[in-house]
Amino acid sequence: MVSKMRKINVMEHELVPEHHLISEEEEKKLLQDLGTEKESLPKIKRNDPAIKMLERIYGPIRPGRVIKIIRKSPTSGKYIAYRVVTEE
Amino acid sequence: MMGDEIKKRINSLNFALLSPDEIRKMSAVKVTTADTYDEDGFPLDRGLMDLHMGVIEPGLRCKTCNGKVDECPGHFGHIELAMPVIHVGFVKEIKDILDATCNSCGRIKMKDEELEVYRPILEKTILNGEETLESTSIVNRIIDEAAQRTVCPHCGAEQYKITLDKPTTFRENGRKLSAKEIRERFERIPDKDLIFLGINPNSARPEWMILTVLPVPPVNVRPTITLETGERSEDDLTHKLVDIIRINQRLRDSKDSGAPQLIIEDLWELLQYHITTYFDNQTSGLPPARHRSGRPLKTLVQRLKGKEGRFRSNLSGKRVNFSARTVISPEPFLSINEVGVPEEAARELTVPIPVTPFNIEKLREIVRRGPNPKGEKYLPGANYVIKQNEKGMRQRILIMEKNAEEIANKLEPGWIVERQLMDGDVVLFNRQPSLHRMSMMAHRVRVMKHRTFRFNLAVCPPYNADFDGDEMNLHVLQSEEAKAEARILMAVQEHIRSPRFGGPIIGGVHDHITGMFMLTYMNPKFTKEETLHILSYVKYDKLPDPVIENGKEYYRGKDIFSLILPKDLNIEYKSKICDGTGCKECVFEKCPYDAYVMIKEGRLITGTIDEKSIGAFKGILLDKISRDYPPDVAAQFIDNFTRLAVGVISFRGFTTGIDDTDIPEETKIQVDLILNDAIEATKTYIDAYQRGILQPSPGKSPEETLEDNIMRVLSDAQKKAGEIASKHLGLENPSVIMARSGARASMLNLSQVAANIGQQAVRGRRINRGYLGRTLPHFRKGDLGAYAHGYVRSSYKKGLTPLEYFFHAMGGREGLVDTAVRTSRSGYMQRRLINALEDLKVTDNDGIVIDTTDNIIQFKYGEDGIDPTRSKGGKPVDFDSIFQKVLGERYLSAKRGGK
Ligand SMILES: [Mg+2]
Ligand SMILES: [Zn+2]
Ligand SMILES: [Zn+2]
Ligand SMILES: [Zn+2]
Repeated sequence: MVSKMRKINVMEHELVPEHHLISEEEEKKLLQDLGTEKESLPKIKRNDPAIKMLERIYGPIRPGRVIKIIRKSPTSGKYIAYRVVTEE
Repeated sequence: MMGDEIKKRINSLNFALLSPDEIRKMSAVKVTTADTYDEDGFPLDRGLMDLHMGVIEPGLRCKTCNGKVDECPGHFGHIELAMPVIHVGFVKEIKDILDATCNSCGRIKMKDEELEVYRPILEKTILNGEETLESTSIVNRIIDEAAQRTVCPHCGAEQYKITLDKPTTFRENGRKLSAKEIRERFERIPDKDLIFLGINPNSARPEWMILTVLPVPPVNVRPTITLETGERSEDDLTHKLVDIIRINQRLRDSKDSGAPQLIIEDLWELLQYHITTYFDNQTSGLPPARHRSGRPLKTLVQRLKGKEGRFRSNLSGKRVNFSARTVISPEPFLSINEVGVPEEAARELTVPIPVTPFNIEKLREIVRRGPNPKGEKYLPGANYVIKQNEKGMRQRILIMEKNAEEIANKLEPGWIVERQLMDGDVVLFNRQPSLHRMSMMAHRVRVMKHRTFRFNLAVCPPYNADFDGDEMNLHVLQSEEAKAEARILMAVQEHIRSPRFGGPIIGGVHDHITGMFMLTYMNPKFTKEETLHILSYVKYDKLPDPVIENGKEYYRGKDIFSLILPKDLNIEYKSKICDGTGCKECVFEKCPYDAYVMIKEGRLITGTIDEKSIGAFKGILLDKISRDYPPDVAAQFIDNFTRLAVGVISFRGFTTGIDDTDIPEETKIQVDLILNDAIEATKTYIDAYQRGILQPSPGKSPEETLEDNIMRVLSDAQKKAGEIASKHLGLENPSVIMARSGARASMLNLSQVAANIGQQAVRGRRINRGYLGRTLPHFRKGDLGAYAHGYVRSSYKKGLTPLEYFFHAMGGREGLVDTAVRTSRSGYMQRRLINALEDLKVTDNDGIVIDTTDNIIQFKYGEDGIDPTRSKGGKPVDFDSIFQKVLGERYLSAKRGGK
């Protein structure tokens, strides 16, 4: 039953925004710019479908890495959010 | 004081059950007497007011802690119940546990190997007093699964179905399970199984959900009220406890004397009822316990729950001093930044002023006046002085007429004088419901005669106030920090623009718009005398240049208006009176209807000033001024145009009446003809439908098509009739002036008065409800005609037929119901939003939205970091006006050319 369902790449859906894994240098700069700690960032679970898709490219992503999400925004056109990966 | 306080963040709270032993241990007295005081009014020993539970009468001392009234915190007592009783608050949990455990051995009805796999996860959460999605779902799954088993896997006993008869009766296979039996079963459940039921064995045992001992709250919680007549009246909780003790005693006596089982069970049931309603007197399935007067008793749950409960009324809500409330009324000669305060209120409201060497003489004079200065003119007195005594204790001294002089002389630096309100003090002014930030703004005080609060009419829209009896609240700011903050952040002039839609919310209403229209439409001439009268309330530099006709000097309306415009203002736009029906193609400043506003270098060249210039919400001119100039300039402009409008309208005079909507006889006939034609047209459609030849529109059934066509024909006719009637209603007509300039009402309203009211609708369709196949017994069943479904052919002036009136009332009722439903629903939504968002803030430097623990909620406020108040209708940049400024004429002509 499960195997008969088509596997879907969620990233291809128009309502799912772009997700990018950022490097650890970028993480450092980001936290400095925001003047905040990693714990204060919004979270994303490691088993989030979007992380699973990223893992196909980058291999396993450990908790604590930061994901950059680029969304469409009605006010600014483009809005960039960051989320820190957490345990399942 | 400050700084010595111990500041700690609460990490977690643990909730546990009280065991019977704990209840006995914390109890100061075992209450056995179902009464309160003896004949002398002295608390009875072991009664409900026993002195061991605290004191509420001055003079007596607590028998537990020996404290006096304000020293003793109160102490619990207890009642030993003759038979166990179920605690209503735990009925659901009791049901779950009964379902999940064995009726004979008390184990959870699952094999150990099925259960133990979950132990590590559950111990990590439940033993720490935590509850996660995962832990609750595991517990729920275990309970569901165990409840299915019909044989105990541990002892092999057969299991039966447990049902719950609301509120507190449990049955097993239809046989009633007594509270005692349930308690015995729960006692058999081993500690090690509890965790799988979501219970932390360190803080609770399931059998504690069945009461054997009832705590009696301290008397401080349920004080006796002594009325003026000397009559005593007990608290509802005390009443309830009296009932409980009385029944408990009877139950014990019956049990001891070996009364028949039936009687014991009845009494037991009654005890259960009293204890259930003691906790919650709105338990479904139980009649509420009532006071002798018939009023339902307010028991524990009722004290806490809902809007009037402890949480929302006493903990989230606060009552304050230095506030006043009264009816509001308009005062056009106040600035928008001011509020008129009645003298009576000003004498009660005070501002604390610290005495310094610099102000001591001034303050002496104020104190000397006492609390009630005489004289025609209002002068602030003082109600209290606060002096610091040797021990650093503050002492408040009431100023009275007789000691005023003495206190004034004793005054010295370091004291504080509570001075009465005077002109210029900063106050917060508020009207409920406080739905947005403009519902509470800072005004400057103007103390005035008479007993209402007064303010400029331009400030009605942000408060959503009118003067049909509305009341408002006023709070006097006490500290310098508060005053400064209010002046900078909350002043009315800082709120001319609303963050809701990025435009002006403070602005002209009603007569302001009418007045400006009369001043500017077609640029009327005023003599010098008239001009001076009109301008007498306005601040201006010098009169404009007059025009000379027949040797007499005249002033033009547009020149008078230009006096109050900022000198470097350039803008052009269409007026409200340009409704697109006049000119075929806009000819801009050459508009024959004077409907194109052009302002050059602060001079109104052409156009009429109406709602689209100065109206709250819609004023383009106001929008421009409030964006391009500082708040005080915008406030000055509003103050000026309100005064100018009042000058014009009170000079010219303005009145309206039913004869505004008079139309000539032959026009009435024309209207009749149009309406007749429309009725005929509906009949044709109905006929076609009944013969089955009505062509349905795409995607619609024939019935829907017919409805659409009838609705369309009738509303077209209404529009046409309105247009014909309006032809005779020109801009010299006061009602039309108000409608076209946007001051009040609309042309549709006028045409409904003059010509035709039109179709009434409920839920957006013709009226279809009522009797079987018809709306009213006056029609044939199945009549599809206009009149049978809520068409109102009459005009308001002519009057409605009884049937029309009935349908009109149906349509009107829908509107009322909608508003009622909408307000209650949006109120609840507002409450939830506020609770969710109240402690978020935007950081100063980079506009990040964070919560109190610095978690990031939004990386940029609103995703673009724009303050919507300063936006142009939500857009951050007003390109139009920038291009106009930079490119000038070139841009304008390109825009006009359609590019
Ligand atoms: Mg009102
Ligand atoms: Zn005490
Ligand atoms: Zn068993
Ligand atoms: Zn025009």
